[in-house]
Amino acid sequence: MPVPVLQAVDLSRTVTIGSETRPILQNISFAVQPGEVLAITGPSGAGKSTLLRLLNRLDEPSGGDVLVDGTSFRSLSPRELRRRVGMVMQRAFLFPGTVYGNVRYGPAQHGVPFSNRDADALLEQVGMAGYGDRDALTLSGGEAQRISIARTLANQPEVLLLDEPTSALDPDAKQAVELLLARVVRERQVACAWVTHDYAQARRVADRILRIEAGAVTALGTPAAVLLEQE
Amino acid sequence: MLRLLFHTQLSLGIAQAGFVAVTTLIVAILARRRGARAGAEIPLALVRGLAQILLIGSILALLMRGPWWTAIPLLLVMIFIAATIVRQRVPRLPGAYTLSLWCMSAGAGGVILVMAAAGIIDTRIAMLVPVGSMIIAQNMNIQSLFLNRFLAELESHRGEIESALALGAQPEAAVAPYLQAAFHASLIPATDNLRSLGIVWIPGIMTGMLLSGASPIYAALYQFVILAMIFTAGGLSCLTATRLAPSRVFTRFQQLRTGL
Ligand SMILES: Nc1ncnc2c1ncn2[C@@H]1O[C@H](COP(=O)(O)OP(=O)(O)OP(=O)(O)O)[C@@H](O)[C@H]1O
Ligand SMILES: [Mg+2]
Repeated sequence: MPVPVLQAVDLSRTVTIGSETRPILQNISFAVQPGEVLAITGPSGAGKSTLLRLLNRLDEPSGGDVLVDGTSFRSLSPRELRRRVGMVMQRAFLFPGTVYGNVRYGPAQHGVPFSNRDADALLEQVGMAGYGDRDALTLSGGEAQRISIARTLANQPEVLLLDEPTSALDPDAKQAVELLLARVVRERQVACAWVTHDYAQARRVADRILRIEAGAVTALGTPAAVLLEQE
Repeated sequence: MLRLLFHTQLSLGIAQAGFVAVTTLIVAILARRRGARAGAEIPLALVRGLAQILLIGSILALLMRGPWWTAIPLLLVMIFIAATIVRQRVPRLPGAYTLSLWCMSAGAGGVILVMAAAGIIDTRIAMLVPVGSMIIAQNMNIQSLFLNRFLAELESHRGEIESALALGAQPEAAVAPYLQAAFHASLIPATDNLRSLGIVWIPGIMTGMLLSGASPIYAALYQFVILAMIFTAGGLSCLTATRLAPSRVFTRFQQLRTGL
């Protein structure tokens, strides 16, 4: 059994709104192996996005731990954690400037040399060869999402967090990006947590499925087991 | 017209203030009918502004014969009050008061200090206080514009900022474009004032100097000096804000705060 690259242990988050404290996630535990896709499903408002945001510390957990390669997130700087735990959001949110500028952004933040040749290799992997000099803000939704994937991969993350990465795309782009992501996970052997509300997609891409409802885990297992129970 | 009815300076002044107050109120009511939220603030702002300027007028009348250094506490108090006004523009920004205090001390405070020491601002109290207050007031506007714009940019670019953070960016780097936008936007009025100086706009102090018999060329030059000082003070306070503001909008774990 390989070591999990990503492990959540009793992860919780409560938020305070006015005088009221409300738990949005309670005691979530799971582990993801290198090259494995864990799909995270559940109804709207269940806490799926929040869970991902705890894993790269965009939001602060109120309890529990996240282990990256066995190291607690508390003993990593947020920037180091975020380099190692990459994230692709529902929308691409590219930065103004060229595609090259976007792909280089992560390495530049860490003082890692990154040439246009390196960027070209990545662009080719995401099916965007030759787009380096294009203005990033003029790309279509599907193209932009591919660039945001390349931008995340440029940091060479060990973990990939995907928050409904295809839900804003039209059916063709959706299928292509889904295939691309599945391939990237296998080729790079990253541990992948993939939020999707699309059960068919979960069945296609996931090795295991974690279902969250109202902030708590209600199922964790193989797609066959979890989705059978669902239906 | 009013001059025919009111013969003493004081009664004329009161009548003039009353007249513009009424016209402003009418505009405020019209604005409010159109749903502009600003309309509601205007009557109070009018009364407040009038009371304050009368108070300072009386204080000035008292101080006019005092030693020059009495201007220092007066200007300091103005900076403190200006900071509370800036804070009210960005009520949910943590530490907005101390932030604006630092920024305006560096901007308006620094410029007044250096320019007075260099003899560019006359240190006679009748000059130091009005010129200083002009610099502070404009600095306050610039500071409000800066913070207001900065927070609005953060709200509308949350996705980009969190994407940058998620790529391991320093918080300062993640908000750098929005600091720049705020910097630029907050200095637009001061820049336009400089550009239109004398053409679209013959400002008050020049009018005042001309009325009191100064040479028109000197009055013109001095007006330029004042606008340039306002611009410099604004620039300095924004530079300071650029350094100090990012830490207020992020948590200590480099997360962008919500509800700013
Ligand atoms: N900062 C916050 N303050 C208060 N409530 C929050 C905060 N962040 C999230 N929530 C609440 O937590 C719950 C979970 O939100 P989250 O975005 O994680 O859901 P989700 O499962 O991703 O939903 P969706 O499928 O619609 O994207 C929601 O009820 C949301 O309103
Ligand atoms: Mg979500």
